Amino acid sequence: MNGNTQKKSLRADPFSLVMRGLVWGAALLTAGVLLALIAYILIRGVPNLKLSLFELEYNSENVSMFPSIVMTIYMTVLTLIITTPLGIGCAIYLTEYAKRGNKVVEIIRLAAETLSGIPSIVYGLFGMLFFVTALQWKNSILAGSCTLAIMVLPLIIRSTEEALKSVPDSYREASFGLGAGKLRTVMRVVLPPAMPGIVAGVILAVGRIVGETAALIYTAGTVAKITANPMESARTLAVHMYALSSEGLHTSEAFATGVVLLLVVLMLNATSNAIAKRITKGK
Amino acid sequence: MNKVMSKSKGGKEMEKMRRGIKDLPALFRSPAFRKNFKEKLMEVVFFIAACASILSVTLICIFIFQGGWNAVKEVGLAEFLGGTKWKPTADNPSFGIFPMIMGSIYVTGGALIIGVPIGILTAVFMARFCPKWLHRWLKPAFELLAGIPSIVYGFFGLMVLVPLVRQFFPGDGNSMFTAWILLGIMVLPTIISISEAALRAVPESYYEGALALGASHERAVFKTIVPAAKSGILAGVVLGIGRVIGETMALIWVCGNQPRLPDSIFDGVRTMTTNIVLEMGYATGLHRQTLIATGAVLFAFILLINALFAVLKRKELKQ
Repeated sequence: MNGNTQKKSLRADPFSLVMRGLVWGAALLTAGVLLALIAYILIRGVPNLKLSLFELEYNSENVSMFPSIVMTIYMTVLTLIITTPLGIGCAIYLTEYAKRGNKVVEIIRLAAETLSGIPSIVYGLFGMLFFVTALQWKNSILAGSCTLAIMVLPLIIRSTEEALKSVPDSYREASFGLGAGKLRTVMRVVLPPAMPGIVAGVILAVGRIVGETAALIYTAGTVAKITANPMESARTLAVHMYALSSEGLHTSEAFATGVVLLLVVLMLNATSNAIAKRITKGK
Repeated sequence: MNKVMSKSKGGKEMEKMRRGIKDLPALFRSPAFRKNFKEKLMEVVFFIAACASILSVTLICIFIFQGGWNAVKEVGLAEFLGGTKWKPTADNPSFGIFPMIMGSIYVTGGALIIGVPIGILTAVFMARFCPKWLHRWLKPAFELLAGIPSIVYGFFGLMVLVPLVRQFFPGDGNSMFTAWILLGIMVLPTIISISEAALRAVPESYYEGALALGASHERAVFKTIVPAAKSGILAGVVLGIGRVIGETMALIWVCGNQPRLPDSIFDGVRTMTTNIVLEMGYATGLHRQTLIATGAVLFAFILLINALFAVLKRKELKQ
């Protein structure tokens, strides 16, 4: 195909010209909006990052985001402790143990798909009804973590499943051929090469957890204090941003919180993407 | 193979057993039995982990719908779904969520009107127009767009979009129109990634055939490839609907939140999601239950959309 005929046909054919313009325009618009959004938060937020925002204790004077950063890490770790074994176990069952066309497997798949479509506010409502009220855990870190654990479960299942599927069958056959049992094959032969894919999924899940607000307001509550007790209420960084902005008094602090939140989430997602890309390249 | 091994070893175990019941503990300690037991045990453990998602879905359905049913029983289904007055704290309270249902539908529809054309065109760009070096940058960038937390989108809407709309359009900026723009942006990554995958799945021969018949690049793409990827693109749009209708935190500072049917697109609206988040903090008794019921209605919408998405995806796989 040479450029000359292309240009000629474009002049003679307004449809092609218009469509080319629209396609480039749409892509430019999307990229522009993305850039504008990130640039705006950075430009307005970075100058507001003051040292007082990172003081150990939160009070209405310094509006420190430090406690919520610590509690975000706490809640993320707790959520992962609950959800990763379940998600990886489920994926191992689906890819390694379940027989094809099994009814139970189809139901499990359907359930995971349903979970991934449920919006966070419904998770929040459920967490409030089940963990907070029915189990009487009150507004607590544990209730919030359990709610989030269910929320990111399908994500971990899907990424682990894909990672396990990408391990060639010859690995399994070789392992069986050497006399290893199923369990040993899964744990020693299949899981290690699948690890990067699983880690990429877990990091993506961490991104979701850190950015989540709606599922946490009525499950983990909004208390801005560092605590080690999982039965106490705490706020994560995203909830902190919501609280600041709702009060309407601390706009510049909300901007600063937004910068930290945005950078953390973007970094997590970029890391996850980079790992996933390395895997596909390595194949 | 496993079975053969355990059988031959099992034979020895039987021998031992015959030698005396006294040796029973030795049976449990024997490596073959332990290995077999461990295998079975771990399979059961993995199966239980796999059932966690079924359990979660069941619990969510039970708690949300049961909570909703309690409110509907008291208010009445027609009154609850069809009532246009939402005055939960008045002396003579009325609980009609019709404005919120319509609010969710209006906001979703508008966001799609903005997001779908831009999203599909961008997907076409990514799949068929984008130079390779640019694609390497744009693809992860658009994936980042999906990762930005909705609270940050909401804050951006509050600080940028609301003042902009206030300046150029009637009303105070907290409007359905503002919500359309913001959610139109938010739905882009979903539509782009799924549509691009669908467009890339179309066999190259379609495009080549069109070119051979003398079509231009644009005509070949829009007259052969896009129609062939139709059901995949539609699946992306349906998934986008699910995302938008469940969006909460991006909306609370943007859409105005007045619980009434809007007269113009520059009026404020309240969606089902914001209704829950705004009032749950102080609601008690029947008011609280009607909020849960609002969640149940939203959940029903989501389940319907999910089912539609599953059907579309299956149809695409068959093709």
